[in-house]
Order: sequence, then C-alpha cells, then structure tokens
Amino acid sequence: MTGRDAERSGAGPINGVEHVLDVRKLSKVYGAGETAVHALRDVDLTVRRGEYVAVIGQSGSGKSTLLNMLGCLDAPTSGRYLLEGLDVAYLDERQQAVLRNRQIGFVFQAFNLIPRTTALANVELPLVYAGVGRRVRRDRAMAALALVGLQGREDHRPNQLSGGQQQRVAVARALVTGPALLLADEPTGNLDSRSTADALALFDRLHASGRTIVLITHDDEVAARAERVVVVSDGRLSETARR
Amino acid sequence: MSVVEIVRFAVRGLVANRLRSLLTMLGIIIGIAAVILLTALGNGASQYIQGQIAGLGANSITILPRQPPESAGTSGRPLTTGDVRALADPQGAPDVASVSPVAQLSASVDAGRSRTDATVVGSTPTYFPGANVQIGTGRAYTDADVEAGRKVILLGRTVADDLFGVGSDPVGRDVLVRGVPFDVIGTLAPAGQGQGLSNPDENVLAPITAVQGSLTGFGDLSQIVVQARSTEAQAAAESEINSILDRRHGIEEPDNRDYQVLSARQLADVLDDTLGAFTLLLAAIAAISLVVGGIGITNIMLVSVTERTREIGIRKALGAPPSAILGQFLVESIILSVVGGMLGVAVGYAGTLVPLGDFRPVVLPSAVVAAVAVSAAIGIFFGAYPARRAARLRPIEALRRE
Ligand SMILES: Nc1ncnc2c1ncn2[C@@H]1O[C@H](COP(=O)(O)OP(=O)(O)OP(=O)(O)O)[C@@H](O)[C@H]1O
Ligand SMILES: [Mg+2]
Repeated sequence: MTGRDAERSGAGPINGVEHVLDVRKLSKVYGAGETAVHALRDVDLTVRRGEYVAVIGQSGSGKSTLLNMLGCLDAPTSGRYLLEGLDVAYLDERQQAVLRNRQIGFVFQAFNLIPRTTALANVELPLVYAGVGRRVRRDRAMAALALVGLQGREDHRPNQLSGGQQQRVAVARALVTGPALLLADEPTGNLDSRSTADALALFDRLHASGRTIVLITHDDEVAARAERVVVVSDGRLSETARR
Repeated sequence: MSVVEIVRFAVRGLVANRLRSLLTMLGIIIGIAAVILLTALGNGASQYIQGQIAGLGANSITILPRQPPESAGTSGRPLTTGDVRALADPQGAPDVASVSPVAQLSASVDAGRSRTDATVVGSTPTYFPGANVQIGTGRAYTDADVEAGRKVILLGRTVADDLFGVGSDPVGRDVLVRGVPFDVIGTLAPAGQGQGLSNPDENVLAPITAVQGSLTGFGDLSQIVVQARSTEAQAAAESEINSILDRRHGIEEPDNRDYQVLSARQLADVLDDTLGAFTLLLAAIAAISLVVGGIGITNIMLVSVTERTREIGIRKALGAPPSAILGQFLVESIILSVVGGMLGVAVGYAGTLVPLGDFRPVVLPSAVVAAVAVSAAIGIFFGAYPARRAARLRPIEALRRE
C-alpha cells in the first residue's frame, strides 16, 4: 500500500449528511465557582464534508479545548455536537471508541506517543484496535511513516526521535486508518520550514482526496493554505472572510 | 481486537517496563517464599520433636523419690523392693508390664590406661525394654546374672569410647568400678542426646545385685522404672502406680507425695502444648508476611497503573474500547502474579532444602496453595481495579493525569 492509497480510501459521504461537524451553542467550563475558567462560550460551528479549516487564536483562547471536543476526547459542559449528524452525547463508551478509531485522526499538540514503544508500534496502534491483521497493519503503518518521511526510523522509540520527528510519527498515526476527518493541534509547531512545507503538501493532497481537515495553527502561512479560517478569542468564535 | 493482541500488548507492556515488572514480581516471590519457608520450618520442627518424643520410649515411666513439702510433717519414705513387688502384682496394677528396681550411683570407671566418670545403673533385665535402651555389641545381662550377683557390665557408647577408644568393642575386657572389677559383656547402642532423663551414652549398666553387693549396699532404691503394657495404657498405669504407692506410703494428699512419677507421655503433653503455640506463632508470622507482601503488591500495582494513566488516555484517544484496556492490564497482572507465584514457590522450596541443625523443613502443600492464591488474587485485583478506573475516564482526563 502506498501513500496515495492511504489518501484515497475512506473519503466520500458516509450517510449523506452535508455537515460533517455541526456544533451548536457549545460551552466548556473548567472547574467551578471562583476558579471556573470559561474556555468556550456558546460556540457555533459547521464544517462541510471535504472542507479544510484552520483555527487560529491567541494562546489560551480555547482552540485545543474546541478540538478535543470535536475529537470526542472530552465532553462539553453544555450545547450539542453532531458528528456525521449523530449526537455524540448519546453514544456510549464503546461506540465513542469505535467513532474515534474509524472516523477521526487526531494529532495532539503534545504528540502523545506511547513511551518505550517503537514508532512503528505507535503508528500500528489504531489499526490494532480496528482489528486489522498483522501483516496488513505493518504494511500500512510503514506506508504512513514513509508518507511523513520517516522511513528507516520505524524501530526508534519516541525518546530516540527529535521533536519534529515525534510530531511526524503522530501525524502518521492519525493518517494510518485513513480517517474521513483529520483533527490536528498545531501539527507544524515543531517542524522546520522544509518539513512544514512537506506536511502542508501532504494536507493539501489529503484535502484534494476529499478529506475534512480541521487544524489549529499559529502560522499565517499554514492558515493561508486552508479554505476557511476561524478565529477563537477568549472562548468565542468568529469567522474571517471565506476565500 | 483479538485476545492474542491483548496478550501481546500485555507482554510488550511488561517488557517495556522491565525493572518495574521485576520489582513487582520480587514482591510476590518474597511473599510466597516467606510463607512457604516459615510454615515448612514450623512443620519440620514439629515433626522433629514428635520423633524425639517417640524415641524416649513412649511406654516408659520413671518413679523417683522426692522430698515431701514441709506442710506434710514427715520426711517421707524411700522407694523399696517392697514397692517393686507391690507394683509388679498384676492384680493391683494390671496395666503394668514390668517393674525394674534401680540402684544408681556416680563412680569412676577405670580401664587401666584410662579412666572416666559414669553413672552406674544397677537393675534387672526388664530395665532394657523398660527404659528403651538398645544393646550395641555383646549381650544384656540376664536374670541368672542378677540372681548370682555376677559382676558383669555394659558400657554406654561415650564411656566405651573414653576408655577403649572411639568405636572400640571392649567385650571381654575388664573395668574397675570404684576399684571393683567388672567383666564387660556388651555396649549400648548410641542414643544421641536428649533421650530421657539422663544420657544413656554416659551410663554403665550392671545387675542390681552386683551394684548393691559391692558398691551401694542393700538399702533404698534410687528409682523404679515401670513399663506400661502399651502407649494407650500409660495413663492407667500411672494412676495404678499412684494408688499403690499412696497406700503403701500412707499418703492422703497428692501434694504431700514422697515420690514423683515421670513419663514420656507427660513430656509429650507439655511439648504438644508448646508445639501448638509454636505452630500458631509461625502461622501468624506467615500470615503477616502474606499481608506485608500483599501490601507490597498492591502498592506497586497501583503505582504501575497510575503511572500509565497517560498511556491509557492515548490508547483511548486512538479508539481502544474500555474492555481492551482492562483486558491488557488484567493480563499483565495475571502474568506477573502467576510467574511471580511460581518463582516464589521455587525459591521457598529451594530454601527448605537447606538443612538446619538436626531437622529439615517440611513443605505444607496447603501453605503453597494459600500463598499462591492470596498473592495472585491481590495482584490481579489491584492491577485490574485502577486500570478499570482509568479505562472509564474520558481520554482527555486520562491524558492530563501526570
Ligand atoms: N483541564 C483544565 N482545567 C482548567 N483550565 C483549563 C484546562 N484546560 C485548559 N484550561 C484553560 O482553558 C483555556 C483554554 O485552553 P486551551 O488549551 O484550549 O488553549 P489554546 O487555545 O489551545 O492555547 P495554546 O495556543 O497555548 O495551545 C485556558 O485559559 C486554559 O488555562
Ligand atoms: Mg492548544
């Protein structure tokens, strides 16, 4: 399996819903009482299938909080979140796990690779939980690593990789299942200009193959590649002009 | 997500955290080995002591003269041949098999080149079975020897060694007991230490008539050795002895007795009580080490899972269902507990192979089963419980735990 195949599979409407993401009056409050932090306040956001959205905003404005919610990693304090038209709040633990595994590829701001485990095993992990057989799993993980330019590094452990390389392993892990929705929290934050360009080219290809991408960035150049840019400031969302 | 994959994750997790896995296992190994070893020690000691008691001659009863207390108002009567005859009467004492009068003194024994001190025991042939004394070489003296007052003698092993050299057979030689010549007709089998009231290895045995005729004079007896018909009959024999002697010595209060009855049974009773307490003590120590080992296992399992909450968060974020996470940690705990348990049994068993003085520890199978079961249960519970809690967290919460 090649990188091109990985880009092609898993695209296209799943059950004919136009909006992949549909967020309504979403709020998130951390803590309670005096120390409560309103990380998100009544956020509305819809993302169409195949859209490429960049989220920008100052540090601490609530970008990661929003993305975690979109990735079903956290639950909102109030509001509704429909993924593929499905209200996530009504899914049980198992169903959410399946959703995260099959539909979403998530790149964390802090990489979150499993320590003391090789790059290859890290990238294979989502495929194991998807029930993919050993050989296929290995081939696809190798292809995903090749896609991010890490061939020859598959046996390295996270502590043997540079920050940028770890980030690329994280990207490979998010792509390996061929998810329809890619959520990335500053995926180019630790990359040099060349690697950034490579990563952006990769995102462009994924976008071209019909995947929905939401990524957080501080980099104007990265934001410029997206179709649409939303700005988060102090927990509120505003749209910049569509291209 | 198959069982094979879960097992593979578990093994990979254990190998990735080699040191911690080893330490966890060490806790289990020590806990189990300690329990097995301690109970084996207690068991071995108890079997050893029971063996020693059996060696005392379980049917043997010794009667010694005793100074009655002041309150009795009398100095008491000595043990006499009259007492021996009364005790030997099958009507009055049906449970008594034999009665042996004993005239005893300490004397120097001289073999020309060398001399030593020994206890001279003058008695009748029934003394040999009565006091559970075995012949080593030569023969025992006979009733004919007693009747004729022949000066024949059997030497205890230590005495024979001292006089004629280690392992020698002095049958046919002569010795002087306090200057009186005796023919050596035999030696006693080595008894080892701790047999009965005196050490037979340091005794010399001769017919009572010869001892009284040439050494002590025909006076009172030093003791009377009685053999009961059987081990079961011993208690009955003791009470028959008491009633006969009480009558003959004019004793109304048991506290005022001018004699004392000693038996292996009494010793066994005392030792049984002591052993019971000893076994209980060891069981308590074993239980404590099991609890301590259990706390150790609990601790390290909790730390191990808590430390990996972040990993659990990552796995959840990538789509691991709660069952897969719980399964992985459960299998890890089971592997640790089972492997640690088997190693613990092996170490504990190896420890019991080291002989300690005279006795060998004897492994109790029930202790093995209990130790393995308890530590496995603790290991699995405290491995699985925090994993279950972590598996229920939202991924982002698990990821935020440090
Ligand atoms: N677990 C938490 N408990 C309490 N407050 C939190 C928690 N997580 C985030 N916050 C707060 O919520 C706000 C939004 O945080 P968030 O991580 O979404 O910011 P961000 O936009 O991603 O910033 P950055 O660009 O620095 O990553 C911040 O003020 C932060 O302090
Ligand atoms: Mg952030």
